[in-house]
Amino acid sequence: MMRFMLLFSRQGKLRLQKWYTTLLDKEKKKITRELIQIVLSRQPRMCSFVEWRDLKIIYKRFASLYFCCAIEEQDNELLTLEIIHRYVELLDKYFGNVCELDIIFNFEKAYFILDEFLIGGELQDTSKQSIPKAIEEADMLQETMEEYMAKPTF
Amino acid sequence: MSRVGKSKEAEIKRINKELANIRSKFKGDKALDGYSKKKYVCKLLFIFLLGHDIDFGHMEAVNLLSSNKYTEKQIGYLFISVLVNSNSELIRLINNAIKNDLASRNPIFMCLALHCIANVGSREMAEAFASEIPKILVAGDTMDSVKQSAALCLLRLYKTSPDLVPMGEWTSRVVHLLNDQHLGVVTAATSLITCLSKKNPDEFKTCVSLAVSRLSRIVSSASTDLQDYTYYFVPAPWLSVKLLRLLQCYPPPEDTAVKGRLIECMETILNKAQEPPKSKKVQHSNAKNAILFEAISLIIHYDSEPNLLVRACNQLGQFLQHRETNLRYLALESMCLLAGSEFSHEAVKTHIETVINALKTERDVSVRQRAADLLYAMCDRTNAPQIVAEMLSYLETADYSIREEIVLKVAILAEKYAVDYTWYVDTILNLIRIAGDYVSEEVWYRVIQIVINRDDVQGYAAKTVFEALQAPACHENMVKVGGYILGEFGNLIAGDPRSSPLVQFNLLHSKFHLCSVPTRALLLSSYIKFVNLFPETKTTIQDVLRSDSQLRNSDVELQQRAVEYLKLSSIASTDVLATVLEEMPPFPERESSILAKLKKKKGPGTVTDMEEGKKEQTEVNGGVEPAVNASTVSTPSPSADLLGLKSAPAGGGSLLVDVFSDAVPATGALAPGSEDNFSRSLDLPGESPASLLVDATLGADTVTTVPAAGSEDPALPVPDADDLLNKFVCKNNGVLFENQLLQIGIKSEYRQNLGRMYLFFGNKTSVQFLNFTLNVSCPGELQNELNIQAKPVEPIVEGGAQVQQVINIECLSDFTEAPLLNIQFRYGGTVQNITLKLPITVNKFFQPTEMASEDFFQRWKQLSSPQQEAQKIFKANHPMDTEVTKAKLIGFGSALLQDVDPNRDNFVGAGVIHTKSIQVGCLLRLEPNSQAQMYRLTLRTSKEAVSKRLCALLSQQF
Repeated sequence: MMRFMLLFSRQGKLRLQKWYTTLLDKEKKKITRELIQIVLSRQPRMCSFVEWRDLKIIYKRFASLYFCCAIEEQDNELLTLEIIHRYVELLDKYFGNVCELDIIFNFEKAYFILDEFLIGGELQDTSKQSIPKAIEEADMLQETMEEYMAKPTF
Repeated sequence: MSRVGKSKEAEIKRINKELANIRSKFKGDKALDGYSKKKYVCKLLFIFLLGHDIDFGHMEAVNLLSSNKYTEKQIGYLFISVLVNSNSELIRLINNAIKNDLASRNPIFMCLALHCIANVGSREMAEAFASEIPKILVAGDTMDSVKQSAALCLLRLYKTSPDLVPMGEWTSRVVHLLNDQHLGVVTAATSLITCLSKKNPDEFKTCVSLAVSRLSRIVSSASTDLQDYTYYFVPAPWLSVKLLRLLQCYPPPEDTAVKGRLIECMETILNKAQEPPKSKKVQHSNAKNAILFEAISLIIHYDSEPNLLVRACNQLGQFLQHRETNLRYLALESMCLLAGSEFSHEAVKTHIETVINALKTERDVSVRQRAADLLYAMCDRTNAPQIVAEMLSYLETADYSIREEIVLKVAILAEKYAVDYTWYVDTILNLIRIAGDYVSEEVWYRVIQIVINRDDVQGYAAKTVFEALQAPACHENMVKVGGYILGEFGNLIAGDPRSSPLVQFNLLHSKFHLCSVPTRALLLSSYIKFVNLFPETKTTIQDVLRSDSQLRNSDVELQQRAVEYLKLSSIASTDVLATVLEEMPPFPERESSILAKLKKKKGPGTVTDMEEGKKEQTEVNGGVEPAVNASTVSTPSPSADLLGLKSAPAGGGSLLVDVFSDAVPATGALAPGSEDNFSRSLDLPGESPASLLVDATLGADTVTTVPAAGSEDPALPVPDADDLLNKFVCKNNGVLFENQLLQIGIKSEYRQNLGRMYLFFGNKTSVQFLNFTLNVSCPGELQNELNIQAKPVEPIVEGGAQVQQVINIECLSDFTEAPLLNIQFRYGGTVQNITLKLPITVNKFFQPTEMASEDFFQRWKQLSSPQQEAQKIFKANHPMDTEVTKAKLIGFGSALLQDVDPNRDNFVGAGVIHTKSIQVGCLLRLEPNSQAQMYRLTLRTSKEAVSKRLCALLSQQF
């Protein structure tokens, strides 16, 4: 089971966090700081897996963004890499050429897509067809286009 | 729009303004419409995700849940998932909204509700929904998407509260979801079934044949058969891996048809690995190899198909030289497991050269680490000399982060496969030579144990250490081993004039002044052993012991040994000497404590109990420590009888007292080698205490650096000062502080109202610290409560060196504050200024008191006025382990009373706090509630301030 997923920028800014076990905020912050530091200090072409405490950290970089997952001892490393890849494909399909800013300013969509893909740290569906369909259906339920355009920002 | 603030400050300002605005909207008279509510709740989320704390808006988010507009509901659920609040009132409202959505029969709403339950996963939610969700999962008319969510939601609840998920008729129907037409449903269901099977294997065992037939259909399907469940030309890789994982919960199928089909699957998977790739994309090879590795895990799990095991090994062998680092890493890891199987051990061994090469050439330290693991796993009697030699040579350039582990592995292999013990001795001495800083005491204790137990190697060991000590610079650990072995077996080489007794002594003594206090203490014991072994050295050694630098040494331990040994050598008859200083008898065979240490290194804490790994390591003490005869057990009181025979702990006539068993720190605190006990309790698992390169637990940022011209004012205590204080409430020794420049260790002992603390300041850099000054102060009232005397220290600390400060403490009356330690020195161009709280707390002056149940309760009643009692109810911060709790209470200083409390789960303790002016009797009771993960702590003492202070201190410990 995946314990958590973190998305952060090359500058070490956290962009998305999803925790699949209950932890105190203080612990979450500590873990985040530690992992950002570990992953950012890795050289290119190093192995994408890092042993960390009793977990395995699997990370992959896309442009300016790092995707970093923590999985348990018995979980499959290579397929976790592909979970990351599939998630990026789903984001890409939704946003069209997804970039870091899409995730910052449409974070709720990034969460909804992730929820369709993984629940409680386990894979719900892997189909590239059915997940976007679920999200599209949800979007159809938006009240008006106008409201969608006037998305809360500040 | 606060996209990216110009500066951190501007961002904070902007956000505070925004928060104030939102707060006023929520509090305003005008009721907000759903849209605005959603907008502001979403803003709050955004602010939270920027890293700011949010403490309001929960109610508004809960209101959104009951909106019938999808987006409003969705944002409400998102807020709840991200910012869960355990407020029970809210949970009730949330549960209500979820209940409505689950009953709505609108699949999209149902999914939202299920996602929310899975995201929060709290016990309250399990109580409300654990019996409902199985019904949704197996109902005939449930949509596929809802089934998927329900399966994983149930899994999450089962993991948090297994007791609340009722097994029943639904379980057999869940197993049949493995046959479902919808692969998404099968994927989700397989995760659930895997978890349930682990706990209830019998109930779910029909899943084996279903999983095999599903797997077989996927494996034999063409790469396009499964449409969008085919991932880069690999059919359903996630589902395949999950099925293979599920099968690993069971032994090989008994039904021969099922078993045959499964073996066919594995063979197909292994065959496919040899086929040319259908795509050059890494996604294709990752997905394909993920299945292969999982199949190999299953083959290893069964460990019954020699043919498959050897094929797996050959396949992994190919990966060892693959250009993808990830594959090399995984192949090394998987092969480690294959090395443990009798069927594939030999096949693994054929790859030894490749693995050795990986150890030497891999650029990534984590891959090299795997290579070292594999060499360790494949080692046996036939290749041990080669592997040990390769690891030793690797050690010279190995990364600091893995040196200690390599040292442990070499030490274990050398011992395990030693046919010839001279080889073993050579190997360990080489270890010390190459990586002395990383050789922990477990390792050098062990070599001494083995030498003492095997008389065929003693002469060789003496000769070898003698030669090793000839080197102009040798590691302190070498001096320790050398000192010990020559002290025991120097006579075996004394016949050779080149290593005559006097030459041996002079060689050892030439190292003396370069060594730290613990080593010097050990050398003094060796000297007195020399007096017995070689009477001709007696006068020389007496002269050394008599010199001012020994007899008046500022270190009380060294001084005392010098005094006692000098007396012993002049008063005792040769017979008494010979008895007291007799050769060490063989140690009882025990499991090597090195193994325990390696295991400990391998499991460094977990994410759920992050702090535990560091703080709670119970001491592993299965091994051997260089014990010295009871005669050398000296007590702090100078009037103790010189031979110490009377003070020898139980065991009557036996002179051999294991002064290092767990009980010792209380009585034998000053026994030779007790410094090693000290360092063992430094609480840095896996770090050699001699090493200054241990990872800084506190970053450099906790140091207040002031410019060279800086003021004289002591810096404020470092931010974590109270944490530091709490860390030492239940123990006396450990690392007080560490940054990139400086490490401060503490050792302290208390008796009645007096205490003595040794502070060890290690310079971690290679540069001198200048103007090194230490100042201990008692702020405010404390100066009337504590009397503290600190000895001055040298103003210069050389690079890599350690200085020691001794502090004498007298407790005049009870106190609450802690004394401050200010450290100033110049490093490079700047003045470093650090202020710490010294961990002197009132409980240090406890004397435990044993009493019977009636006495306890009688006194408990006597202390019943409200001022005398302090009570606190608090949440457990650490796992609630009875043994750990006991150890902490004993460390706290009170006696732990057995069979006093009628509830066996509770702990009660009693003791007296000694101060110069008064003595304060204290009773304590700690009641754990493991269900709520809470404790209730009650302190009753004759003095209000003491009750409060003890309660505050102790409540931070659990």
